[in-house]
Amino acid sequence: MASTNDPFQFQEFEEAGNLLEANRDATTISIEDDDMPERQRKAAGFTPDVDDKDPHASDDKTELLSGQNKSAPFWTFEYYQRFFDIETHHVKERIIGSMLPWPGKNFIHVHLRRSPDLYGPFWICTTLVFALAISGNFSNLLLNLGKPGHKYSPQFGKVTIAATAIFSYAWFVPLALWGCLLWRNNKIMNSVSYSFMEIVCVYGYSLAIYIPAVVLWIIPFEWLRWCSIVVALCLSGSVLVMTFWPAVREDHPKVIAAIMSAIVLLNVLLAVGCKAYFFSKPEASLSAAPSAALQLTKAPSAT
Amino acid sequence: MADEANRQFAGLSDVSISEDIPVEGDISVPMSSSSSNRQRGEEDEFSTLDEPVKETILRDLRAVGSKFIHVLYPKRSSVLLRDWDLWGPLLLCVTLALLLQGGAADSEDQGGPQFAEVFVIVWFGSIIITLNSKLLGGTISFFQSLCVLGYCIMPLTAAMAVCRIVLVGGSGTVSFIVRLVVVTASFGWSTFASTAFLADNQPAGRKSLVVYPVFLFYFVIGWMVLTFSPSQ
Repeated sequence: MASTNDPFQFQEFEEAGNLLEANRDATTISIEDDDMPERQRKAAGFTPDVDDKDPHASDDKTELLSGQNKSAPFWTFEYYQRFFDIETHHVKERIIGSMLPWPGKNFIHVHLRRSPDLYGPFWICTTLVFALAISGNFSNLLLNLGKPGHKYSPQFGKVTIAATAIFSYAWFVPLALWGCLLWRNNKIMNSVSYSFMEIVCVYGYSLAIYIPAVVLWIIPFEWLRWCSIVVALCLSGSVLVMTFWPAVREDHPKVIAAIMSAIVLLNVLLAVGCKAYFFSKPEASLSAAPSAALQLTKAPSAT
Repeated sequence: MADEANRQFAGLSDVSISEDIPVEGDISVPMSSSSSNRQRGEEDEFSTLDEPVKETILRDLRAVGSKFIHVLYPKRSSVLLRDWDLWGPLLLCVTLALLLQGGAADSEDQGGPQFAEVFVIVWFGSIIITLNSKLLGGTISFFQSLCVLGYCIMPLTAAMAVCRIVLVGGSGTVSFIVRLVVVTASFGWSTFASTAFLADNQPAGRKSLVVYPVFLFYFVIGWMVLTFSPSQ
C-alpha cells in the first residue's frame, strides 16, 4: 500500500464508510463543515437508510452535529452563516406557523427544531418598518386628499423612529426574557430551556402577522383598524404564550403570571403605539388641518 | 519527492475557468483588456503611466457606459460581474440624491429625503443585501454584488428625471397616474435586471430568499421617487 504514506489520500472516508456498513445503528460524528452535511454524506454514499428507518438516530445525529458546530467563534463569518442555512419553504412554513397558533404545537419545537435562523426575524422586521412608514404616510395622504391648505410631505423621519421601535422590541425583549428564564432556571430546574437565538427567532416570526395588519390600516375606518389590531394581537400573542408556556409551567404561579402578562403587555404596547403614532384618526386630522395651515402661514411671515 | 508531488497535482492544471462562470473578486489577468483595473507603474507591457490622461478617463467612461447598456438589455452575461467598478453606482446615487432635492425642502418639517439619507439608504441597503446573499451561500463577491445593485438603480434614476419633468407640467391626478406607471415600470425593470445577474449565483431553493430583499430595496427607492413633491 504505497498510498498510506501519501497524506492526501482520503483514508478517513473509507474507514467511516466501512464502520457504518458494519453497524448501521451507530451514531456517527462527522468532522466536516456543517453547512451541507446531508448533501456531502449522500454524495459520499453512506447514510442511505438510517434516517428513514430510525428518526431518533437522526435526531441524535443532528444534536451531535449542532453541538459540534458551536466551535466557530462569534466574530467570524462562519458563525453567522449557520443561522442562514435555510431554504425558501422553511421560511414559508415558519411564517405560516407563526400566524396560525395550534394548541399543543410549540413553535420552537415544531418549526425551529433546534435550528433557529436569523433571516426571518431580520427581514420581517425590516419589511414591517417600511410597511409601517409607507402605510402611515399613505393613509395620511388619503385622509388629506383634496383638503386645501394641506401640503403632502413624505416624512422620512418616521422611518427611523419605526426602525428603532421595532428592532428594539425584536432584540431587547428577547434578551430580557432570556435573562429572566435563565434566572428562573437557576432556581427551579426546568425541563425545557430555550437558547437566545430561538427566542429571537420566535419574536421575529411573531411580528409577521403585523405586516398585512399594517397594510390594512391604510383604509381609514376606525372599526376596521381596531378589528385587525385585535385579530393580529390575538394570533401573535397566543403563539408567544404557547411557546413559552412549557418553559415556565413548573414555576411558581405568580412568576408564571408575571412573565406571561409581561409578554402579552409588551406586544399590545407595540401594536397600539405604532397605530397611534403612525396613523392619525380621521377626526383628529380635521382639527390638525387648520392648525397646519396656520403654521404654514406663520412660517413665511417669521422669515 | 517534488516530482512526485508535481505529478500528483498535474491534473489540477486542467481546470479552466470558462468565460460564462463569473469569477469571484478582482482577478486581473495581465493579458486581458479588463478596463477598470488600473495597473499604473507596472513594469510589464501593459503600463498605463505614459498614456495621455484623456485616454485613461475615456477608457473608464467606456467601461461605465458599456455596463449601462448591459443594464438596459439585461441578459445573462458575466461582463458586469467580471469587471466590476463602483463609479457607475456612485454617479447614479449622486444623480438620484440631487434630483430628490429641491422638493419641499424649505422647512425641516416637510420631510423630504435629505441628500445623506438617500446615500445611506442606497449604500447601506446594498451592503446589507450583499451580506444577506453571501450568508445564504452565494458565490458572488462583495464588490461584484454592490456593483450590480448600484448599476440597476439606473431605471429608477431615469424615472426620477421623467417624474420631475412631468411635475413641471402640474401635480394633479393625471400626473400622479403617469408617474405611478413610470415608477412601477422602472421598479420592475430594476428588480428584473438585478435578479438576472444575482440569482444565478445562489444555490437552488434559496433564490427567492435572495430576490426578496432586492425587491424590497427597489420598492423603497421607488416609493421615494414616487412621493417626491415639488415645492410650491
